[in-house]
This record gives sequence, C-alpha cells and structure tokens, in this order.
Amino acid sequence: MTFKIGSHDFMRATAVLSIALSLPLAQAADAGTSTGQRLAHDVYKGNCLGCHQIPGDPSAVSLANIGPPLVGMRERFADRAFLRSQIWDPTARNPQTVMPPFGKHKVLTEQEIDLVVEYLYQY
Amino acid sequence: MPSSLALRVLLALAVSLPALALAGPSDDRERFVKFFEERFPGVPMDDYVYGALIANPGGREQYEQIMEFPPFLGDIEKGKRIWETPFRNGRTFADCFPNSGHNVVGSYPYFDQVRGKVVTFEGAINACLRANGEPELAYGERQPMGVLTAYARSLSDGMRIDVRVDSPAALAKYEAGRDLFFRRIGQLNAACAGCHVYNAGKIMRMEIISPALGHATHWPIFRGGEELMTFQGRFKRCMEQMRAVPYGYNSEEWNNLEYFLSYLSNGMPLKSSVFRK
Repeated sequence: MTFKIGSHDFMRATAVLSIALSLPLAQAADAGTSTGQRLAHDVYKGNCLGCHQIPGDPSAVSLANIGPPLVGMRERFADRAFLRSQIWDPTARNPQTVMPPFGKHKVLTEQEIDLVVEYLYQY
Repeated sequence: MPSSLALRVLLALAVSLPALALAGPSDDRERFVKFFEERFPGVPMDDYVYGALIANPGGREQYEQIMEFPPFLGDIEKGKRIWETPFRNGRTFADCFPNSGHNVVGSYPYFDQVRGKVVTFEGAINACLRANGEPELAYGERQPMGVLTAYARSLSDGMRIDVRVDSPAALAKYEAGRDLFFRRIGQLNAACAGCHVYNAGKIMRMEIISPALGHATHWPIFRGGEELMTFQGRFKRCMEQMRAVPYGYNSEEWNNLEYFLSYLSNGMPLKSSVFRK
C-alpha cells in the first residue's frame, strides 16, 4: 500500500472550533479521579480512549484498537521525557501516525500534558 | 516503410495518451479494492454499502431488523410529495431527468465540461428548479433538500455507481478530491484516509470505523433512525470533529471530494436511505 497522507494544512488547523473546547469536562468532580485521568478519558481533551485501551484502569471503558494498549508505560518509556514528547508531537518520530500532536497543536496545555503523563505512568 | 511506421507509432500514441492520462483513477480504485479485500477478506464488494457493519455481524442484524420498517419512512414520504408536486409551470422534477429520475443517481457526480465544475445530484436538483423558474433549495439542509433527495435517490436503488472521469479537466477535479481525502486537517491533524483507509474496521473507543470504499452508496443516512444526514453533512461533521473549519455545502472542495469517493465506489449498488447508529 503506497497511499501517503499529505502534509498538514496549517491555515485551517489554526482555526479551531471553540465549541469543542468550551464544553465542560465530563464528570469533572467524580471522587477518586485525578485530573490526569479525567484529561486522558475526556473526549474533548486527551481522548486517549478513542484509540487506546488502558487495561490497568477499570474506569477506562474502551474497545479501541487503533493504537497499542497503554500498559507497561514505565518499562516502555523508561525516559519520562520521551513519553511526554511522544504525546506532544508523535509525528516527529512517525510522520504517518494518526495520533494528534497534542502539544504542538495545543489540544492540551503543557501542564495538562504533564498530568496525562503522570496518569499514564501508573500503568 | 519507416515514415509510415513512425506515423503509426504517432497515431498509437495519440490514441493512447488520453487513456494513459486517465489511468490514475482506475489505478487508484484498483489499489483501494485490493487494500480492502485484504483488510476484510471474503466480504463481497456489494456489501460495502453496509459501511462499518461489514465488520460487525451483530450490528448488521440490528440494521436489517430496523430496515424492515425504518422509523424514517415519514421523511421519505415527505420527500415523495415534494418530488411529485408540480412546479408553477406544471412540470415536475421527474421531467428534468432521463427515465423520470429512475436509475440516474449512479451517474452523479459528473463533471460539467461547460461550467468546468463537478455537479452532484443535489446540484442537478437545483439546476432543475432554476430551469423551471423555481427558487433553489439550500444544500445540505434536512428540509426540504434532505428529504427530497432521500426519496429521489431511492428511485435509483440497486443502480450501480458509474461515475466517469473522462477528460483532463475532470481528472483535475478528481485529483483535487483525492488530495483533500489524504490531506491532514484540523487541530487533530487527521486526514480522511487516516481513519477510513488505514484504520477502517478498527474500533474508535466503542465504534467501528467505516471503510472509504462504499462510502458513496447509501445517502442520506438517518442517524439513530431519525436524524437525516446527507453525504456532505457527514463531511461537515467529520471536519468539525477533526476541529477544522468545514468547507461549505456544495463547495468545490466537497463536490470534488464527493466525486472522488463516488468514483471509488464505482460498480457498487446504491441504496437510499439507510439507518445508521
């Protein structure tokens, strides 16, 4: 298969739909949930569960199989900064990936990425 | 004689050049078909009208049950009334199409050589209204364009898509559609192909992703059985979900994309309208 996904159309990328960002975090105040977990589960934020399962977290309901399951994160990403950079812009290492560049495109703030890394590092 | 041979070679070239220039679309289609045959082994081409349901036997069963008596029959009935109501000049939509509008939709979109643009079936509906001195309908709207085409398209059920790309100018539009299909857009940096080719059949959170092949065969859809969505309405929703600014209904961009996707589904039977979750 030789289809190539083209380069990003930045002009349109910069015009973000504010509606998607202004929606409240789902179940924002559930007891026992960390901010990192909420960000990772939230459809409008990290939405990790859109593509990955997180088998170690019983509240992470997803059948997704687009990306690998998020398990053994400490082992797979011994270097925490590497995991962080993978979330910030996965296209840097794999130009063909479908994973959004969460930091580069400001889907998450720098602080939010830190919280997601912290959450994922438990599994 | 050498001169005659040269002439023959030249003639052969002249004849084969346009064919070569247009080999792109048929090659594309072949590659797509091959890709999806490998991705969904044993699924007949005619089944791609079921979209993501080809990878979901339980969902397919539910679909068949709902389609026995679909909740959107009332909307189709409304569309039928619009289709049959004569214009002020006494003519009807049926008069604008060959065969009174039966078995025509598979030829859309087509490239209009005179206007230099791709014309969708919805565009032809509006051309019909213009020609009869009637006001045009808003594109992409549920009422009345959506329900009208939900009925009008059903008159072509079973017709196999036969979209032509037969001139360099048409090819340029096809290629523009293909470029959009493979272009990353929006804050989420996604291309249509990223999901509907490379990840077709995989699961996004709880939903199976539909294959691009067959995408053009079954519009409009009724989501949840009630919410009418046109093909370009689906483009709009997809672009919004990728957090890109959608192009407009009947924009050149979306018409070209529809042209490309319809060409990919050539040979597949049309079915309008269908239930989707």
